[in-house]
Amino acid sequence: MNWTSFDTWIVVVGALCAVACTLPGCFLVLRKMSMMGDAISHAVLPGIAIGFLMTGARSSIPMFLGAAITGVLTAVFTQWVSKFGRVDRGAAMGIVFTTLFAVGLILIVQAADHVDLDPSCVLYGAMELTPLDTIEVLGVMIPRAAISLSIVLLLNLSLITLLFKELKLSSFDEGLSNTLGFSSNLLQYLLMSMVAVTTVAAFEAVGSIIVIAMLIVPPATALLLTRRLIPMIVIAASVGILSAILGHLSAVTVPKLFGYESTSTSGSMAAATGFLFTIAWLFNPSEGLLVKQFRNTKKINESVPVEELSS
Amino acid sequence: MSDVLQQMSPTGDAIGEDLSFHPINVPLAVHDLTVAYHRKPVIWDVDLDIPEGKLVGVVGPNGAGKSTLLKTCLDLIPRASGEVGVYGKPYKEQRHLVGYVPQRESVDWDFPVSVLDLVAMGTYRHLGWFRRVGEKQKAAAMNALEQVGIAHLADRQISQLSGGQQQRTFLARALTQNAKLYFMDEPFAAVDAATEEAIVKILQQLNSEGKTCIVVHHDLATVARYFDWVVLLNMRVVASGPTEEVFTKTNLEKTYGGSLSLLDEAAHALSRIAR
Repeated sequence: MNWTSFDTWIVVVGALCAVACTLPGCFLVLRKMSMMGDAISHAVLPGIAIGFLMTGARSSIPMFLGAAITGVLTAVFTQWVSKFGRVDRGAAMGIVFTTLFAVGLILIVQAADHVDLDPSCVLYGAMELTPLDTIEVLGVMIPRAAISLSIVLLLNLSLITLLFKELKLSSFDEGLSNTLGFSSNLLQYLLMSMVAVTTVAAFEAVGSIIVIAMLIVPPATALLLTRRLIPMIVIAASVGILSAILGHLSAVTVPKLFGYESTSTSGSMAAATGFLFTIAWLFNPSEGLLVKQFRNTKKINESVPVEELSS
Repeated sequence: MSDVLQQMSPTGDAIGEDLSFHPINVPLAVHDLTVAYHRKPVIWDVDLDIPEGKLVGVVGPNGAGKSTLLKTCLDLIPRASGEVGVYGKPYKEQRHLVGYVPQRESVDWDFPVSVLDLVAMGTYRHLGWFRRVGEKQKAAAMNALEQVGIAHLADRQISQLSGGQQQRTFLARALTQNAKLYFMDEPFAAVDAATEEAIVKILQQLNSEGKTCIVVHHDLATVARYFDWVVLLNMRVVASGPTEEVFTKTNLEKTYGGSLSLLDEAAHALSRIAR
């Protein structure tokens, strides 16, 4: 295998994206709104398209604004549809995000005749090409995607640091949060905006598929390994970084074992994080499936009295 | 304490026109309150005046709107009509005076926080936005845990608690809110005898400090022992007043309607008072 600075940049871009996603992702998972992340990362498409049509430039400020607005609108519309349409939240979410996604797709396909925006690129990204599109910063050539993802990562990190206690409280106990004056809805919309803005930064480089995976799977993995909030966030970020490394490594090595060319890094990253989740699920020390099995067998073999088993 | 004293101005009797139903020295005044889900009323035309320093039991059959009443007073549920005054003002101006113990089942006990973290949440209002929990808040949380008798569990993850310990943790969190008026939603539901005793002790302690506690309660047999003021609720207020005047067979029949087994329970409860 021939590891070049190209490969390093691909992993760095992947890792930046993963960490930027896991930060709001942890709170989505804890609020039991995982699917909302999925919905928003699709529903921002019309926002992206309108922002793009207005400015003709990618990763522009109007594009981020458009995405953040559609992100919040997704949450608002979902609430309206479930309230006035008398359907459950899951169905309401399905109605809203598929409609918005379809509108976005139409806009992009219409625009594609005139401007350079590729629908398949939005979905799957072109991570392998990110090192080609660089900007010089302090004499070093850095991929544009790495810079925009770093900015979003910093933004997410500062918001979560600043509002850590508020996000913790409103995710755990919405009622108390509201009675104390920390509006749970406001914080929820803030999270939605973070997801939307992260999706925009990520869509071009890595595609929205990877955003969906990184929002949910690393936090869910971390929750298997710890029952403390800060360790959970740190572990989720680490799982994200590890997925980027494993994902790219397997993308360039595994297909060659079978005589094929290398495959998509985005896809492999998403698969790698699923693999890490499975490992954690089977082997985590406190509640791992296999560990539990092993312990139970051991306990029965040692014929521990029943009272001790239950304690 | 100083802001509390400001609220309790000596001109409490001089009532402004907007607050004619909300005297400033009344912890909770509810006027003409109606709440509806999908246009179906859950509570209907409720009028209540809860005097200062009472232990108040809110009693009524399932679906009577007890929790709804509490949540509406706390602005968690929108009102169809009516007004709620907390010490003479709308709730959102009086958050610092009010503590809340939600139903235990309303949260996910697998959430990744420790017991001490959870209890410290009661201090967040005082901290305000952005400021972090410091030594002072942790000390307050520890002190509250000692009061409910589970200081030794401070570092536990909350999923490791028993039902009774969960309830004590919630109560400790409310204590750190250092309020004058407490709303508690079924704190006695499905707890062990030791926890029940601990909760009663805390209620009496709050009472002796002149605080007002409004408690949704299910067990008719203990109403007279725990509370000195009773609100009988079944969509409307059947009666509200001192326990010995209001907690009568006639009123209970009105509250529970034709539900026979509950009437038996009520009769049993009344015979206990008589003794």
